[in-house]
Amino acid sequence: MGAGKLIIILNGTEETVPEDTTLEGLIRSRGLKPDSIIVEYNFGLVKRDSWAGIVLKENDRVEILRFVGGG
Amino acid sequence: MSFYDLLRKYGDFDFEDFFRRVAEDQIKRIISKHRLGALDYLALLSPRAEGQIEEMALRAHRLTVQHFGRVILLYTPLYLSDHCVNHCLYCGFRAQNKVERKKLTPARVEEEARIIAATGLKHILVLTGESRKESPVSYIRECVEILKKYFTSISIEVYPLEEDEYRELISAGVDGLTIYQEVYDEAVYAELHPAGPKRNYRFRLEAPERACRAGIRTVNVGALLGLHDWRTEAFFTGLHAEYLQDTFPEVEVSISPPRMRPQLGGFQPRVRVSDRNLVQYMLAFRLFMPRAGITISTRESAEMRDHLVKLGATRMSAGSCTSVGGRTGRDSSGQFEISDERSVAEMARVIYSQGYQPVFKDWQYI
Amino acid sequence: MADILKIGGRDLTSRLFLGTGKFSSNRLIPEVVKASGAQVVTVALRRVDMDFQEENIAAYVPGECVLMPNTSGARNAEEAVRIARLARAAGCGNWVKIEVIKDNRYLLPDNQETVRATEILAAEGFVVLPYMSPDLITAKKLAEAGAAAVMPLGSPIGSNRGLKTKELIRILIDEIPLPIIVDAGIGRPSEAAEAMEMGAAAVLVNTAIATAEDPVAMGRAFGLAVEAGRAAYLAGMPEAAEYARASSPLTGFLRD
Repeated sequence: MGAGKLIIILNGTEETVPEDTTLEGLIRSRGLKPDSIIVEYNFGLVKRDSWAGIVLKENDRVEILRFVGGG
Repeated sequence: MSFYDLLRKYGDFDFEDFFRRVAEDQIKRIISKHRLGALDYLALLSPRAEGQIEEMALRAHRLTVQHFGRVILLYTPLYLSDHCVNHCLYCGFRAQNKVERKKLTPARVEEEARIIAATGLKHILVLTGESRKESPVSYIRECVEILKKYFTSISIEVYPLEEDEYRELISAGVDGLTIYQEVYDEAVYAELHPAGPKRNYRFRLEAPERACRAGIRTVNVGALLGLHDWRTEAFFTGLHAEYLQDTFPEVEVSISPPRMRPQLGGFQPRVRVSDRNLVQYMLAFRLFMPRAGITISTRESAEMRDHLVKLGATRMSAGSCTSVGGRTGRDSSGQFEISDERSVAEMARVIYSQGYQPVFKDWQYI
Repeated sequence: MADILKIGGRDLTSRLFLGTGKFSSNRLIPEVVKASGAQVVTVALRRVDMDFQEENIAAYVPGECVLMPNTSGARNAEEAVRIARLARAAGCGNWVKIEVIKDNRYLLPDNQETVRATEILAAEGFVVLPYMSPDLITAKKLAEAGAAAVMPLGSPIGSNRGLKTKELIRILIDEIPLPIIVDAGIGRPSEAAEAMEMGAAAVLVNTAIATAEDPVAMGRAFGLAVEAGRAAYLAGMPEAAEYARASSPLTGFLRD
């Protein structure tokens, strides 16, 4: 338990993360400020207060997005 | 939204007050505008705008040449039947007129077609009175099938039909519809059409829409000038044309400004529409709808028509005959008297002499 | 009398829409918004670059502005719809600028996919402002699909080449019963004024402001130009008179 790894797809590329990683943990591990991003988990938007309750599984797709400048 | 709904919005519009307020400067500005709104058009129809008729003419002339070139399309009417169940107070064909009624047999249609075709004309307008018994859709269809052999464009000016009936005639070879509302003012319309199916104002008003939905290629609308105040009638005719063009961008829209001619029934025009009035109407309309056609019939005199070539007209009838079977000799009284009796060849010469080209055919179904 | 532009239930007094791309610093944005008077500000939604910490640009857009996410990056209607839904779910309000681009050379929009995306999003209650190549038939379809405005390009995005499509935009202004907002290509304030004089409802400017030496001053210049052009339009521009009056060569025959 806890020692295993799994592969997820983060922003279109495969990434290896430890088992039992939550969405919240993933975001923190990347040093992202929670209030500056939008997170889509398996094609559905997830609000910030649900991040801690989501444990990542093999082949999960996570998109982390942000509003940037645009015309 | 049908045109009827749009028309009703002007139900309590105060035209007199509008005309009183139109100013000279306003007319000047409108004449040079690149696109006119409905009220701009109305301002150009005002008595005040008469003073700038030459300025309107210059612009109308230029717009017509720009969009149509120096050409006049020639067509001729062919009356198939003068049986009519309507009681239009102003019409020579109305039901109470005790005249001998005629209807062309298929053989006579063919005979007339040959005579017309020999003049070189390729566009024909077929007319009937309103009688579903004497000139049913099946009869019109039969005639169209004969005429198709001689003409590349067949327009109909018959009683208003249902959408499916238009579709049937279109598939038989009809590509154009002419239908005049006669009077856009609904109350005056009711008064002038005391009996018969034509009493149904709305069914007639929406006939062009039904034909457009059925896939017609060209529509021509108009008010019969002389029945009611020409300025408002011209305004509503323009709105009707604009509505059709906006709603059916694929359709070629045109108007006719027919002035009432004396005819057998003895009804005299209620309103005098002078040459100047007619010209003002044509010019205002040309500025309002630069790409729409304007059709001038032989109700107008030869002299008048010669001038109108440069004032926005795009189509003229020639070698006309307003009675049933008139071309094949057996005479009868016509729907109205024609003023310009010149033959097709003479008309063509006159048009050439003005630096314009008479066109006999501008379309062919392939 | 106030000259209000009504879109999606909002009453706008400014007719300059501001794009937020290409600024040297996001800190300029609130200042440019203030100087230009813009009330509608566009932003884009992008995947976070894990190697490069950025701020959320939305935080720099003053709260009273309408935040209008665009769907840039979308190559078809489905992608545009997805981006719009995400942006709305993220609290961005319900305005969206549809931008579907498959052409990477000129960055010209795909009108057909844009119509499709507009249909879907308008039906979901979005206030849809589609960016398009000026084409009358497409604009009519967009209007039918429920667009709140139509945004034809003046010339390709970021090209600063001005109103190359002027005649086509004029047709849209004449024929389409929706606000026509000129988006893309406007490189200088005089061009913004020209669009407004023609009767455009608004203009959207980004590159010309963001890449000016002094974006705040340029924002102000564009704000003034848009106001001036609008005022001229409302004043009823006199068109050049075409003719000197001749001695009635065409109507001289009229006697009565």
